[in-house]
Amino acid sequence: MIRVESLQKAFGDQRVLQGVTLEVQTGEIMIVIGRSGGGKSVFLRHLLGLLRPDAGRIWVDEVDITELRGRALDRVRERYGVVFQGGALFDSMTVFDNIAFPLREKKRSLGPSEIRDRTEEKLAQVGLSGAGHKFPDEISGGMRKRAAIARALVTEPEIVFFDEPTTGLDPVLVNAIHHLILDLHRKFRFTAVMVSHEIPEIFEIAQRVAMLHDGVIVEVGEPKVIQESANPLIQQFIQGQIEGPIRAT
Amino acid sequence: MNRGPTATLLRPVESLGRVSLDFVESLGRFGLFLGQAAVWTFIPPFKVLQLLQRIHFIGFRSLSIIVLTGAFTGMVLGLQVFITLSRFGSEAFLGPAVALSLIRELGPVLAALMVTGRAGSALTAEIGIMRITEQIDALTVMALNPMRYLIVPVIVAGLLTFPLLTAIFDVVGIYGGFLVGVKLLGLSQGTYFGEMQTFVDMSDIMTGFWKSLSFGVIVTWVCAYKGYHTGHGAEGVSRATTEAVVLSSVLILVWDYFLGSVLP
Repeated sequence: MIRVESLQKAFGDQRVLQGVTLEVQTGEIMIVIGRSGGGKSVFLRHLLGLLRPDAGRIWVDEVDITELRGRALDRVRERYGVVFQGGALFDSMTVFDNIAFPLREKKRSLGPSEIRDRTEEKLAQVGLSGAGHKFPDEISGGMRKRAAIARALVTEPEIVFFDEPTTGLDPVLVNAIHHLILDLHRKFRFTAVMVSHEIPEIFEIAQRVAMLHDGVIVEVGEPKVIQESANPLIQQFIQGQIEGPIRAT
Repeated sequence: MNRGPTATLLRPVESLGRVSLDFVESLGRFGLFLGQAAVWTFIPPFKVLQLLQRIHFIGFRSLSIIVLTGAFTGMVLGLQVFITLSRFGSEAFLGPAVALSLIRELGPVLAALMVTGRAGSALTAEIGIMRITEQIDALTVMALNPMRYLIVPVIVAGLLTFPLLTAIFDVVGIYGGFLVGVKLLGLSQGTYFGEMQTFVDMSDIMTGFWKSLSFGVIVTWVCAYKGYHTGHGAEGVSRATTEAVVLSSVLILVWDYFLGSVLP
């Protein structure tokens, strides 16, 4: 379980997170929605230990990671898989080497043939069989996202973070990536935290949805609860209306 | 908001204070960066493959530019020093003059400047692009230390390749001077090399060696640091690359003067 309590973060005068409190249950898919530039990625980077909060605490199971550094933080990160917004594939490596990289570096007990088999299996699971020899700049945006998902999952992590994994893709690809995530979640039962603003598609895959607005979580609940929320802010956001409490700036 | 005349008068002092604090802070980060790299150099597992790739990139791929600039530097030295010495009837000292200029000063400095332009800028851009495309973050969240993977191999490669490149620059330069002084201007081969053996001793070679070694650290440290802490987007990478080349070049010249003063 991931537990975040009163998380605050400011960059200069700009207060991005103003007391985020959220619990993510083990094995669930929690999707954090909110406006672009509303602090979703900043929130995620705190969970990854890439940013330190000004105030508040973060627990991963019983471990308080707020102040952790170095090896102690790495021990928590070893349980993570992360899909970055742009994929963050290593551009000097082929797709195959990108996916094999975490195995080569972190699973030192595995032999080359086992690494090859596991990498090819993961490539097949994300529908990239035959594309392993290509470099990231030789494949499409959708394929890059799939490769990034394969790399995040190849070590079979307990917790997977997705930072807007479908941004910039066409609707068909958005659905394909979402269903891929859902299939892989059914298979591996990882805990997933995803930040996204793909409305309404995310309601099909989320088990719970949290709305982040003005640096706080305004509502958390199952997709149906969020969709039927009486909160005008949520209704405006999910329906994409211009008029309402959210100013279109 | 009106802050009053005192506040207005104090504003330049405030700005100066802020700039000074930022400067001290960035110096601290800069030093800490090298300190962290030094610590990670001795913590296994060692990234031998990455080190070899960096040696190839910084060292082997700089060979042609080093040979070219070394040859022409030696040729220019041979020509100019010969003309000057001939006014005093001292052409016999052409060999030691060329060798000492190259070994003590021009070899380490020019080789370092050349490698900064060729490899240093590319290193900053490469690491900077890895930063803005979240590849460094990806390494971090994989619990793989980016210092160990990216920075240590670069700095160790700098330590190993700069003295070798400088040695090549010196040797090629000395033969450039030989080509002009002996083959074109008629000085005897025995005089050129014989006087060189008399006047160039081990302390001169060691001065050049220490200079090139320290330039190797300075260039790779500055270029890796600037890439690692690059700003946002393409503009950030471009600014980081420019700053890396300018700062490396300035530090090479300043450090050269300092070492030239303290070394025998």
